[in-house]
Amino acid sequence: MLKGGLNLTNRPAYSQLVKDLRSGKFVLTGELEPEKVTSLDEIIISAKAMKPYVVAANVTDNPLAFAYMNSLVPSWVIQKEVGLEAVYQMTIRDRNRLAIVSDVLAASYLGIKNILAISGDHTVLGDNRGALSVYDLDSAQFVYLLHKMIDEGVDLAGNEIHGKVGINVGIAANPNADPLMPEVLKIGRKTKIGADFIQTQTMFDIDKTKTFLKEVEKYNCPVLVGVFPLKSFGIADFFDKNIPGVKVPPELLASMAKAKEEPDKERRSALYDEVNLEFFVPFIKEIRKTTKASGIHIMAVLYERIFGPLLENF
Amino acid sequence: MIITKAKPEEELNEMLKPYEKLFVVGCGTCSTSCMTGGEEQVAEMVKKLGDRAIGSAVVEDPCDLRIARKELKEFKAKVQGADAVLVMSCGAGVQTVGDYSKKIVLPALDTLFIGQTERLGKFHDVCKACGECILDETGGVCPVTRCAKGLLNGPCGGQVKGKCEVGKYENDCAWVLIYDRLKEQGRPELFELFRPPRDNSKKVLTQHHVF
Ligand code: SF4
Ligand code: SF4
Repeated sequence: MLKGGLNLTNRPAYSQLVKDLRSGKFVLTGELEPEKVTSLDEIIISAKAMKPYVVAANVTDNPLAFAYMNSLVPSWVIQKEVGLEAVYQMTIRDRNRLAIVSDVLAASYLGIKNILAISGDHTVLGDNRGALSVYDLDSAQFVYLLHKMIDEGVDLAGNEIHGKVGINVGIAANPNADPLMPEVLKIGRKTKIGADFIQTQTMFDIDKTKTFLKEVEKYNCPVLVGVFPLKSFGIADFFDKNIPGVKVPPELLASMAKAKEEPDKERRSALYDEVNLEFFVPFIKEIRKTTKASGIHIMAVLYERIFGPLLENF
Repeated sequence: MIITKAKPEEELNEMLKPYEKLFVVGCGTCSTSCMTGGEEQVAEMVKKLGDRAIGSAVVEDPCDLRIARKELKEFKAKVQGADAVLVMSCGAGVQTVGDYSKKIVLPALDTLFIGQTERLGKFHDVCKACGECILDETGGVCPVTRCAKGLLNGPCGGQVKGKCEVGKYENDCAWVLIYDRLKEQGRPELFELFRPPRDNSKKVLTQHHVF
């Protein structure tokens, strides 16, 4: 059994995202969520709306184990139609090692430059609870497979790949984890195997964010801190109740609840925006000023109008 | 021990419907300990079946072909005369009785897992018989079984206060248990190991074990 760290080659920056991260820029990424749809019109509109603000956008892969449109096609479409670089999210919940190789080869052909390699929420949390979760690999082994494909040109069994896979690899982290140490050590494990960047779960707690960033500093891997502006009280409430380990601060939830009372739709939207800006502008500023975070990952799904006001002072 | 539980009443009745004459086989080992297929449960079943039960036997190890053969010998005529044999043991016992008798066999129980007994009636799933035990590296806590995703390099992001996202945060996160145990034992470095992907072909190709 192979143990301990690997001798990684110095992987080039294939994507603009990783180029920017390595250049020391404060980097912003967005998020797009294809749903149970057969059209990509909304995704394209959202991608266009966030493009001026972000270097790349993640395209989610059956989040919360809901069966949605696959993430590869929209990743390709936003690159081609909108010129927005994609971070193609891939879970190992839905793929064994064969399916991963297939999808990564297809992604290479389509010009995808970033993959976020994640476990994926368990199927029992999703909308097809009876499905069998695959988990042939775990996310660390997935990163290892990507390392093999990208840096050595082979799959896990050592079979040669004809052609080059030029992709950078991201991993997810949950700074909300309690206890935190197992999470931190897990990140360490993965960075040693070949991760180019880290994107965190949604953060509302500045202290937890700072503690986590301090702990992972030693791994020398750029971190994008996740934030999730809350488009409505409904979303805030759903988030609070359903996302593993994420709690919306009670004051923020209360302000959102108050804004919800406004009967006029437009004024209500404006109030929601205000609440978000009051919370997230100082949050992002604080991260930028006082931590070594490399950027922010903004999960403003279908809430692109917040990008402008949220980021205008950067 | 192999943990079993009685099939739901309705399901069992539905399964038994086509058969008029039934022979009931119990298990003197695991299913006796689980109180799902011992003397007492077999007697209850016979009582429930009334005239349809033409005989019964509790076999010490119904999963052992030699023992099943030996202990069922005296009931041969009855077994052969039955429309089906209702077996109150794990799936291995059901199949063994079927292999021996060539009769239609019906499982009275659902086989759950290889379990740890905390007390009578309280069992925990602890081993999936994965074929390559790694408990030496994981502080004696099995991630293949006790991590809901079977991760070899956990924890995942779904751990909250040491509890697992699967099962409404009631079960312990196996990877937090592993972390704590290894730390307690002064072997924290084991936690940081990267475990490469398993060779699943080994398990798939191990249908028989002969030595
Ligand atoms: S690693 Fe787990 S599943 Fe495999 S043999 Fe050991 S206890 Fe059983
Ligand atoms: S929370 Fe822990 S036990 Fe549950 S799936 Fe994740 S790593 Fe496994």
